[in-house]
Amino acid sequence: MEWETVIGLEVHVQLATKSKIFSGASTAFGADPNTQACAVDLALPGTLPVANEGAFRYAVMFGLAVNAEIGKRSVFERKNYFYPDLPKGYQTTQLAEPIVGPGHVDLELDGGRTKRVRIHHAHLEEDAGKSLHEDFHGMTGIDLNRAGTPLIEVVTEPDMRNAEEAVAFAKKLHNIVTSLEICDGEMSQGSMRFDVNVSVRPKGEEKLGTRTETKNLNSFRFMEEAIELEVERQISVLESGGTIVQETRLYNGDTKKARSMRTKEDSNDYRYFPCPDLLPIMLDDDYIESVRQQMPELPEERRQRFINDLGLSDYDATQLTSDRATADFFEASAKASGEPKLAANWIMADLAAYLNKQELSIDQSPVSPEQLAGLIARIKDNTISSKIAKTVFEAMCAGEGDADAVIDARGLKQVSDTGALEKIVDEVIANNQAQVDNYRNADEAKRPKMLGFFVGQVMKASKGQANPQAVNEILLKKLSD
Amino acid sequence: MAVDTSTIAKMASLARIEISDAESGEAAARISQVLDLVDQLQAVDTQGVTPMAHPLDAVQRLRPDDVTEPDQRDTFQSLAPAAEAGLYLVPRVIE
Repeated sequence: MEWETVIGLEVHVQLATKSKIFSGASTAFGADPNTQACAVDLALPGTLPVANEGAFRYAVMFGLAVNAEIGKRSVFERKNYFYPDLPKGYQTTQLAEPIVGPGHVDLELDGGRTKRVRIHHAHLEEDAGKSLHEDFHGMTGIDLNRAGTPLIEVVTEPDMRNAEEAVAFAKKLHNIVTSLEICDGEMSQGSMRFDVNVSVRPKGEEKLGTRTETKNLNSFRFMEEAIELEVERQISVLESGGTIVQETRLYNGDTKKARSMRTKEDSNDYRYFPCPDLLPIMLDDDYIESVRQQMPELPEERRQRFINDLGLSDYDATQLTSDRATADFFEASAKASGEPKLAANWIMADLAAYLNKQELSIDQSPVSPEQLAGLIARIKDNTISSKIAKTVFEAMCAGEGDADAVIDARGLKQVSDTGALEKIVDEVIANNQAQVDNYRNADEAKRPKMLGFFVGQVMKASKGQANPQAVNEILLKKLSD
Repeated sequence: MAVDTSTIAKMASLARIEISDAESGEAAARISQVLDLVDQLQAVDTQGVTPMAHPLDAVQRLRPDDVTEPDQRDTFQSLAPAAEAGLYLVPRVIE
């Protein structure tokens, strides 16, 4: 039987506010345990939440970026459960009246295909603390620094049909929130976490199959692996006559295995009710409009600008704006060099290949945008050929310094000096008399092809440093003498 | 609407409250009375009325996004039954 996969995502996005959603404690990552957990975050008796305007502004920005209706009235509710890293005994979240209503995101997929993924809603809520299960004399250690960090939880419709589409959506969301600067996008630090709902159904069937939820995936690769593994599992269960149990699963990226965490039957009854400590949040049109005015450039706007103002092709502009860091790198390099097209080529070809091989992100590039611009300037002013530039680039990646330093230290400066080149050409002609005779006796039409041999010899003799254009001119002149 | 003792047992478990079998019957009867009152309220026509989120007819004030809380970990941890290496220690929990 042919099966169709149906995927919906829930994405937790940590908002990059300075302070927490309901307290004035810092949200900075990496502080000593509990040094950023104040009385409100600890739920000490008598404390009350004080809502942070920044969290609402960021949530509204997100809503506007995904073409969503903004909830002008939104209400906080209590989601009740007991866990030591949740000191209040409930998570303050939104349910019936979220801040971001239905919206959508358009994906560009391989082969020029596009796909619209609908957003069901996005709501504001607070993050929990962290439990450390290492051995503290048989006890668990609790760090509440993260407790109260603002999150938006983005919930999609079940619109994705394979892992590729789900990952494309996740990357697009990452691009949007980092471009808006409402999230730092550091997935390894938990700034974005994905829950994946997966089900399968016979192709052509309308009714959705029973779904499972794989929680807390924190990389695009793990997400793709977890989806593929779960689809395979569900199909094999169904094809051997079994049924899918609705359950929560955990995927381990190290062992590449998933396991069931809990089934629906013993799932929690969260007993939501409106939080009496918080009044409804009312946002008016003026406020929403002022947020719209402050919004940084979105990836799509940037793509258009790269095409219109910097003269990039549609393809190049799409590639370079697929994530924020690459777009920033390109823009800095294009500006410093004044050569957007060359900068684009170097970033998408040589730099991308190097980073890929070294498993580095563009933020970790050993060559800065300005250094790349320095290399481009030396190609542009004919100090080095494009071919030698690749050698220089490799040396720059290896930490040998700026383009100029590498060119000097390795003596790679292109030779355009006619006297020096003529000397080399004379040597080549003298050493290859047979080929010279062949050339001179050959048809006018066959000569250009034959010239290549001599150019090659001259380049070899000059260790690649001869200016190819100058070599051509001198050779033509000398061979026709 | 009547609540039976098994519902009481489930609610007690969710709320981590201990209710003995002896207390369970009386709790069921009392909560049933509350729900009877709710049943009466259900009779009111609420078509077109926005559900009330808070008894005060007011709007939440928002504060600027500034860090205003200093680190008071030592003070807070002096209240805790157990703390070590900056962490609050609790009985072991495993998912």
